[in-house]
Order: sequence, then C-alpha cells, then structure tokens
Amino acid sequence: MGLTAFSTGKHTKSEELIIKKKKATDKIIAIAGNPNVGKSTVFNALTGMNQHTGNWAGKTVTNAQGYCKHKNDSYVLVDIPGTYSLFAHSKEEEIARNFICFGGAEKTVVICDATCLERNLNLVLQTLEITENVVVCVNLLDQAKKKGIKIDLNGLSKKLGVNVIGTIARKKKTLDNLLYAISNQKTNRNVYKVTYPIIVEQAVSILQDEIEKMVQGKLNSRWLSLNLLSLNESFLEEIKAYLQFDILENPKISQKLCQAKDMLESYGVTEENLNDIIASSVVASSEEICKDIITFKTTTNKDIDRRLDKIFTSKKFGYPIMILLLLAVFWITITGANYISQMLSLLFGFIESKLQDLLQFWNTPPLLHDIIIEGIYRVPALVVSVMLPPMAIFFPLFTILEDSGYLPRIAFNLDKPFKSCHSCGKQALTMCMGFGCNAAGVVGCRIIDSKRERLLSIATNSLVPCNGRFPTIIAIISMFFITIGGFLGEFLSAVLLTTFILLSILMTFVSTKFLSNTFLKGAPSSYTLEMPPYRKPQFLQVLVRSVFDRTLFVLGRSLSVAVPAGFIIWCMANISVNGNSLLLICSDFLDPIASLIGLDGTILIAFILGFPANEIVIPIILMGYLQNGTLTEISSLSVIKEILISNGWTVKTAICTIIFSLFHWPCSTTVLTIKKESGSIKWTILSVLLPTVIGAMICFLINLIFL
Amino acid sequence: MKKLNELKLSQKAKINKILTSGDMRRRFIDIGLIENTVVECVGISPQGDPKAYLIRGAVIAIRNEDSKEILIQEI
Repeated sequence: MGLTAFSTGKHTKSEELIIKKKKATDKIIAIAGNPNVGKSTVFNALTGMNQHTGNWAGKTVTNAQGYCKHKNDSYVLVDIPGTYSLFAHSKEEEIARNFICFGGAEKTVVICDATCLERNLNLVLQTLEITENVVVCVNLLDQAKKKGIKIDLNGLSKKLGVNVIGTIARKKKTLDNLLYAISNQKTNRNVYKVTYPIIVEQAVSILQDEIEKMVQGKLNSRWLSLNLLSLNESFLEEIKAYLQFDILENPKISQKLCQAKDMLESYGVTEENLNDIIASSVVASSEEICKDIITFKTTTNKDIDRRLDKIFTSKKFGYPIMILLLLAVFWITITGANYISQMLSLLFGFIESKLQDLLQFWNTPPLLHDIIIEGIYRVPALVVSVMLPPMAIFFPLFTILEDSGYLPRIAFNLDKPFKSCHSCGKQALTMCMGFGCNAAGVVGCRIIDSKRERLLSIATNSLVPCNGRFPTIIAIISMFFITIGGFLGEFLSAVLLTTFILLSILMTFVSTKFLSNTFLKGAPSSYTLEMPPYRKPQFLQVLVRSVFDRTLFVLGRSLSVAVPAGFIIWCMANISVNGNSLLLICSDFLDPIASLIGLDGTILIAFILGFPANEIVIPIILMGYLQNGTLTEISSLSVIKEILISNGWTVKTAICTIIFSLFHWPCSTTVLTIKKESGSIKWTILSVLLPTVIGAMICFLINLIFL
Repeated sequence: MKKLNELKLSQKAKINKILTSGDMRRRFIDIGLIENTVVECVGISPQGDPKAYLIRGAVIAIRNEDSKEILIQEI
C-alpha cells in the first residue's frame, strides 16, 4: 500500500543489487528473515523510514533501503523480502538468496519470530552456511511471552556462535542492543555448522579443497560444494556471473565433482534425494538447537487465536463476516468523511472569497483572475474537500485490518473460489491491497509463486477500486441514490457502496476465469499460505503513518496533477476555434462514443485527464460544466448535484459513471508498475484493455436497458 | 495409512512420509514437515479446502490436493 515507500524496482538481476550508498564508507547491512516476523518494523525503527508494514506474509516485496548511524559508523540497511529458505522456489526467495550471497553485505541480520523460533532457525542456519557475519535478532519477544514461550537467548548465542539479540521492535529501546551488535566487530567464535549425514560430508570434503583454491574466499567453499552437488541450474548461472568464470570449466573440479557424485550414487543418493537430505538436516538441526533453548508454559493465549479463527473461517460466518467488515469500514468512512467534507468546503469557500478580494485588491487583469480562480484554485480545492476525506479515513481503517492479521484469513476463505478460477487465495491478498492502491497491489503480486497466476492477479488487480476511486463513487451515491441524510442515509450509502464493491469482486472472479480459459491457460498450482497470529493493531502508529505516509502523499500527488489539469481544462474552455471552445469541440467529438456507454463527452474527458490520478475525475467534470455555464460557488454536494443535473445527468448517467469509475483503464502509476512487473507490453495492454472493455460493456448494456 | 488431509479439526498426527516431488516437496521440508514432525489441524476454510495446520509453532494453510500427498501416523 505504501506507494510512498515502495521502490518499484525492476527485478532484472543487475538492478536488484544496486545499493545507493550515501558515502563510500557506508557499510551494507542486509535485513533477512522469514515472512511476517516484523522485518519491516525493525527496519523502520532503525532507519526512521516509513516502509509500510502489515501483518501478513509477503509484505515487503522489493528491496527497500534506508540509512542509519551508530557512533562513528554509517550504514545502508537493505530490507530483503521474507523467505523461509534460501533454496529459491519463488522470485522473492531468489532475490533474498542472491542478495545474501552476492550483495556484499558487511553483516546480515536475520530476524526471527520468537513465537516460532524453531522454524525461523532454518533460515538462520542456511544463512550461516553462506556467511559467518550474522547477527540473529529474536523479535516479537512480547508476543512469545504472552504465549508462554521462554527463550534462552544466551544459550542460543553460545550454540550458534554469533550474537543473538532479543527485541520488541515496537519498543525502540530494545533496538539499541541490535545496533550495538551490528557495529560490533566479528568475534572469533566457532560458528554453528549444520552436520549432514556422513556420506554427504565425505562428498563435500572431496570437492571443498579444490573449490577453495578457485574462489579464494569470495564464496563459502563448503556451501558452494553442497550447491554444486545438488545442482541448481539457475543458481549456477548466478554464481558464474558473480565469480566471472565458470567454476565447472575447471577440469580438476569437474573431475572431483564426478568422483563425489559417483560416491553418493554408490550409496544410493540421487540428486533429488540429496536435496531432501540437505533440507531435512537443516530442519533437524534447528529442532536439536531448540530443545534446550525454548521452554513452554501452557497458557490460554494460543487458544484465543484458534477461537478467532474458528469464527472468522467458519462455514456459517466466514463469508458473512467478510462482507460485514467491508460494510463497517465503508460506513465509518462515509460518516466520518461527511463531517470533514462539510467543514473543508466551508473553509475553501471562505478562502476563495478572500482570494478574490485579494486579486481585486491587486488589480489583477480579469483573464488572470479567471485562470487562477476557475482553473488553478477550484480543482485542487474540490480534490481536497470532496475526495480527500474518504481517502484519509478509509486508509487507516484498512491498515488496522491489515495490522490485525485478518487479511490472510480472507485469502484462506477465498482460496477455493479462486482455485475454481484456476488461481489461488493469494490473489485475494493482492486484491485487498488493490483497495488501498492498485499499483501497490500489482507489486504485491510477487508473493505469488506461479508466473501464470501472478499475471492473472496483475491483470485483474485494477478491477477493484482503489482508495482514489472510492470518493468518486461515494459522492455520486450520496448525490443521486441515497439523498436522505443522517444515520440511516449513511448506512444505506455504505450498503450500496458495498454492493458495488461486491460487483467488482465478482468481476475479478469472472475475468480471472476468463483469462484462465483464454490467454493464460493452465491448472492452478500448489501453494502454502502462512496464517500469522492475530495482533492488536497499533492504532496511534497507524494513524500517524496514514497521515504522513499516505494522506499527505496523495494530497501532494493529486494537487500536482489537479493544478495543471485545472489549467488545461480552463484553457480548453477559453481558447476558441471558429467560435467554439476547444472543450466544446473535444466533448462534441467524444459525445457519440460517450453517449453509447451512458456518459457524455465531458465525463469521458475527465476520465482521460484523470489518468495520472483518479481522484481528480469529479472535480474535472464539474470544471468542464462550469466553464460552459455560469459561475457558481461550489459549497456542498447539493450544489454539485444541481450543476450535474442541469448538464443533463440522470440516474442512468450516475450509474454509468460509477460503473466506469470501477472499470476503466488503471491510473498511470499502475500502468507503469504493470509494465515493470509483468515485463511485457502485451500483458500491460491486456491489463489496460480488460477493465476498460468490461466497463464499456456493462455501461453499454445499462444504456440499452434504460433507453 | 492415513493422509494429512483426513485429519479432523484439533486432531494431531505425526508425519510419516511425503510423497510429493519437486518444488512442493522442498517447500514442505522448508516449513519443517519432515518425518516424525507433529502437526495439528487448526482450521478449515468455509468450503472445506484448504485446511490450516499448526507446524512447528506456525499456522500454515495447505490445500487438500497437496496434503493428501503427505502420509501421517496417528498419535
């Protein structure tokens, strides 16, 4: 969601490794860990950055970078995507592995979840195989305590031979220890090594010496030997690129490799077998380490999670609760936004009158006066007063849902329906992210392992309305459908909005199924989905983050688009060719197409000009109308409604505008992101056409029926 | 022998053998599903598939078509 913070980095191999140091002496620190262990929270706390965090696995999908200082040293911290292992099944695992191997990090901090340390140690041990410069950070100690889990951090440190720091990432004090450990020079302790069955160890020893001679400490020779034996083709290419020579071309090594493989085979160990043995040995080692380190007390806290799950995923209530929560979020959004909107439009009316006085006082020429008031001032004023309030309320609400750990339950509940469309439940997660921001939703699709399913999710993501499109729909609903005010009115508006959202979710399913049967044929792939413990959301933090991270950002973006757009629309209305204004010529030109789908030329122009930011669509429509008619001061929705009706709006126009707002081309940021993520122009075009065609078709049908 | 997907809510079992091969097999091992690991079924989605299992302290959802490739031993 944090469009502010996500670096829409291309995932070409070279680019993912580019680290921007502030100074040449900056030391690179990699932050690794299993998904959803609070990596981003630790990262934010250390760097003071606002990388968006959420309680679900796969939140960070790009390498985020931040800076921090400790004593005299300065560091570049790199937040790498969460992975269970470094054996690379998916894109994010590949990125993580490559960074730990080749990223040139001074230290790698592996963050572990104290509530399931054993599983997390798996990654720690794998990282230790690659590099000894590791700091283990056992995070979420507070939650472990609640669950009655006690961890002997000193004991763990002794066993692993590296520094182990316990943290509660939400409490900044505990992070000082971590910083200290990062800055600490390497201690000469014996670092834990996973012991493999004797045959494997023998095979490794055949290879290791020869490999050590070749790589000369650039890579860990023991680890490289294991990788050569288990032969991971794509990874061998990466190693070749890193070393700048093909290690297998060396006759000595290829001879030794044959010898080692023959030996393994004579004991009945095949390649597939060896992979199993290696992975299982790591798991078994983690289990062994944890035996004396962790003590459990039985508490009831674990049961709360199970009880919540029983309700949220139950046969009877699972789906109704999802819809009710959606409804509740919209209801609060609409109610809250009403108050803020009213206050803001009063404020902007006041500012406008003062601005006019000021311009008159300065004897501004009438032309400039008109440009400033009607063009440059009004569009941004409308964006802020009508569009921003729902966004400012919806976003934190959504973030609270995300923080609580409920979203993975949605993915769990919706897996079967998505599977019947040949996709998977993770698409539900990226779809939910789309409600916040489609571009972020598209980037989020990286959590999906299968390429086909990832493309499905990318192409269908903009079918759900983002934060920038809700206000348009809400405004039209309260002008044309739910005209009664107060408690009941707000509730009914929320119900209607929820219905439209359900329609967009339905279209997501329909088009996923359609794509699966046409352009992206294939069977649904296998997957596992982690369901994190529920957490109490950090309300204050969410609020602060939403205001600074999101609201101000969106405000800045829409203003930077709204001002030029307001200027363009004013110019179009006031520059005449053969006695007709440009605006009139353009809207007359678009009218025939627009009227086919129940809109008019001005609305279509607004959608086109709204390409950089959807939240300016309604303001542009109004400006377009106002330029043709008399100048009115826009003080409330009822005035806006009058303007719309006097320009020929009917209930049909309202419905069609809502539908077209739900389903039309994605905004420019999203289109660029789709291009980057899919890596293909073909899929980008498809992702633009899909919602546009759906929207045009539905509007066309509505237009036919209402004719 | 029983399969993992046959585990009922709140039932526990020991992993006996993983029949899947390739990436999914590796994934299972990575999340800690090796022989003798104790797992518990802790959640069933509204449509009966996927199911959620408690594996080494973490709750992980696995589809029935995948979990039926894992043989278990009742305890």
